[in-house]
Amino acid sequence: MTESNSIQETVQAVITTLKDKPGALLPILHGIQDALGYIPADSVPAIAQGLHLSRAEVHGVISFYHYFRDTPPGKHTVHICRAESCQAMGGKQLEQHAKEQLGIDYHETTADGQFSLEPVYCLGNCACSPAIQVGENIYGRVSPHSFDAIINEKKELA
Amino acid sequence: MSITVYVPCDSSAVSLGADRIAAAITQEAQKRNISINLIRNGSRGLYWLEPLVEVVTDAGRIAYGPVQVSDVSALFDADFLHGGAHTLALGAIEEFFYLKKQQRLTFARIGKTDPISLDDYLDNDGYSGLNNALKQTQADIVKAVTDSGLRGRGGAAFPTGIKWNTVLNTASEQKYIICNADEGDSGTFSDRMVMEGDPFVLIEGMTIAGLAVGANQGYIYLRVEYPHAHIALNAAIEKAYAAGYLGDDIQGSGKAFHLEVRLGAGAYICGEETSLMESLEGKRGLVRFKPPLPAISGLFGQPTVVNNVISLASVPIILDKGGDYYRDFGMGRSRGTLPLQLAGNIKHAGLVELAFGLTLRELLYDFGGGSASGRPIKAVQVGGPLGAYLPESQFDTPLDYEAFAANWTVLGHGGVVVFDDTADMAALARYNMEFCAIESCGKCTPCRIGSTRGTEVIDEIINGHEISKNIPLLRDLCNTLLNGSLCALGGMTPYPVLSALNHFPEDFGVTDTTDAA
Repeated sequence: MTESNSIQETVQAVITTLKDKPGALLPILHGIQDALGYIPADSVPAIAQGLHLSRAEVHGVISFYHYFRDTPPGKHTVHICRAESCQAMGGKQLEQHAKEQLGIDYHETTADGQFSLEPVYCLGNCACSPAIQVGENIYGRVSPHSFDAIINEKKELA
Repeated sequence: MSITVYVPCDSSAVSLGADRIAAAITQEAQKRNISINLIRNGSRGLYWLEPLVEVVTDAGRIAYGPVQVSDVSALFDADFLHGGAHTLALGAIEEFFYLKKQQRLTFARIGKTDPISLDDYLDNDGYSGLNNALKQTQADIVKAVTDSGLRGRGGAAFPTGIKWNTVLNTASEQKYIICNADEGDSGTFSDRMVMEGDPFVLIEGMTIAGLAVGANQGYIYLRVEYPHAHIALNAAIEKAYAAGYLGDDIQGSGKAFHLEVRLGAGAYICGEETSLMESLEGKRGLVRFKPPLPAISGLFGQPTVVNNVISLASVPIILDKGGDYYRDFGMGRSRGTLPLQLAGNIKHAGLVELAFGLTLRELLYDFGGGSASGRPIKAVQVGGPLGAYLPESQFDTPLDYEAFAANWTVLGHGGVVVFDDTADMAALARYNMEFCAIESCGKCTPCRIGSTRGTEVIDEIINGHEISKNIPLLRDLCNTLLNGSLCALGGMTPYPVLSALNHFPEDFGVTDTTDAA
């Protein structure tokens, strides 16, 4: 089976499971992104057909929400909080440091495919600012030094 | 007999290493052949002391914190399992100043119990409110909430009882209860603490709301940035179904209430109730025109209660102890308690639940202990990214909806973000405009275009370009946003921007000759 066929099967399975829920589109998009890491552009026709929507409507929803992405992410997605509480505790310097260390800007992925960098507007960890999230893990009171340690730990796991 | 040890599962505690502490304590106990019962509790909200470990002793629960993995062995050596002396010892947690001075109603259980243990919940007054509600008429439940004086804790402070009454009196086959758990404001985490630390109280509050207005379906619209809360809510919902607290026949009453968690996808605007409903319906989160009110035509066009997490989580205690009990806390038209969240550059960051009426200064210094950096506090943003910055001259404002409004500031969801004197208020104002541009849903022109033009104008000012011309332009633009926007995103972004400009003109390069006014 080709990779493309396998992706389409995954997409179809998510659609079949969730399409009868009221307001099914967001749960379906989450289901696809959970399974594949992103929402491939060629899954849009299948979603549209499954929900009796136009492709434009589905595309419009995907592009509205910051969380949904239509390209594969790196192995680890690093979310850096840009919001006020983190700014009050050196978040801007951390942001700059992260970009320099990873050698990428926001919405980019490192050439080796290891890390993607995304901004986030609050992780609810404001009592432990500045905060970042790497994959499912949240980290508080992150300094440039501890940022490097977190990244190195992820690299070693690879 | 095994000794009970508590290590929080709260995501902020975990972000500081609580999982590793829990593992290290378990391992060390095994190594020393000591039998312990380790429970993952919610957080007490004393975040500067997290990870905070508690041990149950004859003298009550004794706390130690902040604990690092490297401290664990020494804690065992000091016999912390029996409350032994150690440099990290904080004494009996209930007597600790930060907690002892609080009035915890909504947060009564958080930090004490295992969040996803239904038995723990029931042993600590859980479901007493629902049991009372099941014996009352719908109108009586609504009356209790109205009598309590509870106002929407999400930020808008609309009286909850009035909202419920409208839904109750709107005839329909299908009605909905929505919990707005899209807690996107920077500096706020009280919703997250409730969902992670006491999810049953939210489930109970929503069930009571359903009984009160005749809705049999509820949705919790949860932001995707809260994965720990998602897990805790789903675990608690499953247990509530299994024990007959959710489903087609709640506790044999013949009344139904179903509940499901739906995830948002990183759009701040979906915390606006009509945008949230569009999102739940599977659409772009565009703000709707009002009227019609959601209470009359909300989700899928049906009458819908949309309440914030804290509002709904405050309902069980109101139904348990009565509307009067809750109303007796507070001042003026702000009744009950507000869980305040101290964040940013503050020494004792954490959760402080208090009756309305304390001043901001008392909160910042008596609880917060001043800035974390030790430098003077320059400004405090209250109420999230749409809230004004307060300078020192406004620190004596009582924490009360009306007192804040009189100052052209907002209490909002109770988030308090502290900045020391290194903060650049022009850079922050620029950030607030940029944030509005990033998060605007695009439906109305003042917000969609005004926020981008606003960012550009502030850039001109920061670069010192024609300040005397650009300041009036910025004020004029803010006026358009303030009066012409469809919702609070565009309508309130001028609060942080103009308050920064008004109170800290020097940060914008304004001198007497350029005149900010």
